Amino acid sequence: MEDSFLFQAIIYLGAAIICVPIAKKLGMGSVLGYLIAGILIGPYVLEFVGEEGEDIMHFAEFGVVMMLFLIGLELEPAKLWQMRAMITRVGLSQVLITSGLLFAAMVLLGLDWKVSLAISLSLSLSSTAIVLQSLKEKNLLNSSAGKNSFAVLLMQDIAVIPILAVLPLLAVASPTGGDGHHESFISQVPGWLQTLLVIGAVGLVVLLGRYAIVPLLRLISRTRLRELFVACALLIVVGIAFLMEAVGLSPALGTFLAGVILANSEFKHELESDLEPFKGLLLGLFFIAVGASINFGLIFDQALLVISIMLGIMLVKTLVLFGIGKTNKMGLDQNLIFSISLNQVGEFSFVTYSFASQLQILDQNTTEMMMAVTALSMTLTPLLILANDKLLLPRFGTLEKTEREADALEEKNPVIIAGFSHYGSTVGRFLRANGIHATILDHDSDRVDLLRRMGFKVYYGDATRADLLESAGAHEAKILISAIDNPETNLLLVETVHKHFPHLELMVRAKHRGDAYELMEMDVPHIYREHLDSSVRMGKDVLTKLGFRAHTVHRLAQNFIKYDEAGLQELVKYKDNQQEYISMVRRNIEMQEDLLASELNRKFSLNDHAWDSDQIKEGLKNAEGKS
Amino acid sequence: MRKILVLLAHPKYEHSHVNLQLTKAISGLDNVDIRDLYQLYPDFDIDVQAEQEVLLLSDVIVWQHPLYWYSCPPLMKQWIDLVLEFGWAYGPGGIYLKNKLVLSSITSGGTDAAYSKEGRHGHTLAEFLLPLLQTAKLCNMRYLPPFHVGGTHRIQSEELREAATQYRNTILFLRDSPEIPAELGDWKTLTTYGR
Repeated sequence: MEDSFLFQAIIYLGAAIICVPIAKKLGMGSVLGYLIAGILIGPYVLEFVGEEGEDIMHFAEFGVVMMLFLIGLELEPAKLWQMRAMITRVGLSQVLITSGLLFAAMVLLGLDWKVSLAISLSLSLSSTAIVLQSLKEKNLLNSSAGKNSFAVLLMQDIAVIPILAVLPLLAVASPTGGDGHHESFISQVPGWLQTLLVIGAVGLVVLLGRYAIVPLLRLISRTRLRELFVACALLIVVGIAFLMEAVGLSPALGTFLAGVILANSEFKHELESDLEPFKGLLLGLFFIAVGASINFGLIFDQALLVISIMLGIMLVKTLVLFGIGKTNKMGLDQNLIFSISLNQVGEFSFVTYSFASQLQILDQNTTEMMMAVTALSMTLTPLLILANDKLLLPRFGTLEKTEREADALEEKNPVIIAGFSHYGSTVGRFLRANGIHATILDHDSDRVDLLRRMGFKVYYGDATRADLLESAGAHEAKILISAIDNPETNLLLVETVHKHFPHLELMVRAKHRGDAYELMEMDVPHIYREHLDSSVRMGKDVLTKLGFRAHTVHRLAQNFIKYDEAGLQELVKYKDNQQEYISMVRRNIEMQEDLLASELNRKFSLNDHAWDSDQIKEGLKNAEGKS
Repeated sequence: MRKILVLLAHPKYEHSHVNLQLTKAISGLDNVDIRDLYQLYPDFDIDVQAEQEVLLLSDVIVWQHPLYWYSCPPLMKQWIDLVLEFGWAYGPGGIYLKNKLVLSSITSGGTDAAYSKEGRHGHTLAEFLLPLLQTAKLCNMRYLPPFHVGGTHRIQSEELREAATQYRNTILFLRDSPEIPAELGDWKTLTTYGR
């Protein structure tokens, strides 16, 4: 324990840097990499980290808090309101049914009902950190499995409040105070005041978000000191987390709320880009800590018991989730992803266990056991997701490709479309309307099923995988259209194609200018900024409505697009002269500034003299003057 | 050797019968540059500067197009409107096309006979092409007698092959002949001219 902070930092960072890339390379995802790193440096393997692993975990739980703040930022209040039905229907039923079943099972097994209730409520929770991180890495957040998972996780975060409120009622003895870790000052005031304080705190967060935080951020951003803004962002999150903890609410939920309120503010992107690295690091640390805190001693001593409890719990959770998925009409694929992703016990359970143990509802042994089960189930999740991906889905789910009927000739489509959301589907429909059939790659199984029923040739999976591209006929095709929503995936795809299928002509969708720059740096000749044509078309209509002649406007628009495309080629050369690290958002703003400034002095007019007699009159006058 | 610039204007070239064969007969020849206007400017957004640059470098300009309502297809007219600028092609300072040769290469549904005083259309093809002729003259260019393939609706493959060969010879003649005589008769009698 005399290890210096620096040495500790080296251990954690080193373990992460070694394990995570290996795990990713093996297709396991970063979460499992971190967990393995934690196990390796933990007390049972390399012994770099001892008991303090748990302290670090408490610290790193803050990563979860930040994650929820960032998720909140992405979710405007209106969107959240739209989700309310899903949150109650899918989320609430999960919490209630799962804890109900587990409670019944435990009571039947002869456990005390108070203990059973405390444990079963804790067990109904899943790990926000693991699930969201895994789904995000697989780009599944927008699929129906992703949306439903999010609804469940959100409901569970909300459920932490009543769970923490109910536990003291079960207490056999009044709280002993213990190390005071999870004891809030609020528990010392009468019940009615507690309620009032809770409502007051939530109200305070809403009011702060509305009327205090944005002006503060505006003030700070005027100082033009980036680090001050980062500090301010951190202060907001920490402050709200503290406030929530003080009144005994879930800090994650509080910051989520703050995030939602700030989602409409102009600082949304700034906050996101500033907090993102902290969140990533802390979450990584959290997973490492979970790995390190697994009590392998206990697990080995009572291996059979621990494993059977864990498997039992996970089985119940999976079945309940699957049932819910089924009643909500999820496809088999999505349902499997949904129910297997969420079947672990989550990080909030650590909090509820230790709270319950302080309240002496759970004894030391039970607490240890449940913690081991929880940590183990969290470690197992990434493996299960992997198994689902590699073993279950290929066999039972939407197949990567349709089985070719023996007599059907293998059609060789000249075009492959990667990504068939609104952009790709519009391109695909246009091609199909003109008799060109394209092979489609998509990773949304529901959409894949639909398209196959409609007679499209569809491959299911990650378009950046060279083997999938190959089976989709990349060797024979002429053109590959990359129409994937996520710009990063698009870049990956370009890389894969350059490497494995250099003969393919790439036509790539770009979200915006910055995105286009990155593609241009990768030597992609055909880049299509998705907004360009439609926004200029809108501008055309505006000019026409203001009284411009339609044909003139039409030609002005043609000119503008030409100018804009040429400007893109020009500006890409200068973009790297700027400071190395500026956030994407700031870069976009600077880009816009450059554009607007350069256009200020440019007179946009038609630079030809077609159908215009002014110049002729002028010219003739001059000629007459000379003679 | 003269540099020849063929400006092909056919809005539905892939469905054309005669123009396709004519173009085929002259493609790949040295110093013969074919610009497919409808392929270059599908939205009529003609790059005036690029067009003027290639014009400047050529000695013979061929306007190859079918005859629609006794005139050229709209993109050809758009090209004339935009590219032949005042002060560049004509008017004061408009000297850049001076002494170049212009050949209209016309296909028409009506036969040669239909394009005569007595025929269905009441005028000769040359009469209908008067605006093009005067356009060339205004730009100080020499407008040659048109190359005409008539009766394209009923043309036999033998005749078409013959016309394509004549077209090729005409282009070769314009490219290679040291002199282009002031009085040129019908191109069909000129196919062996000078070689």
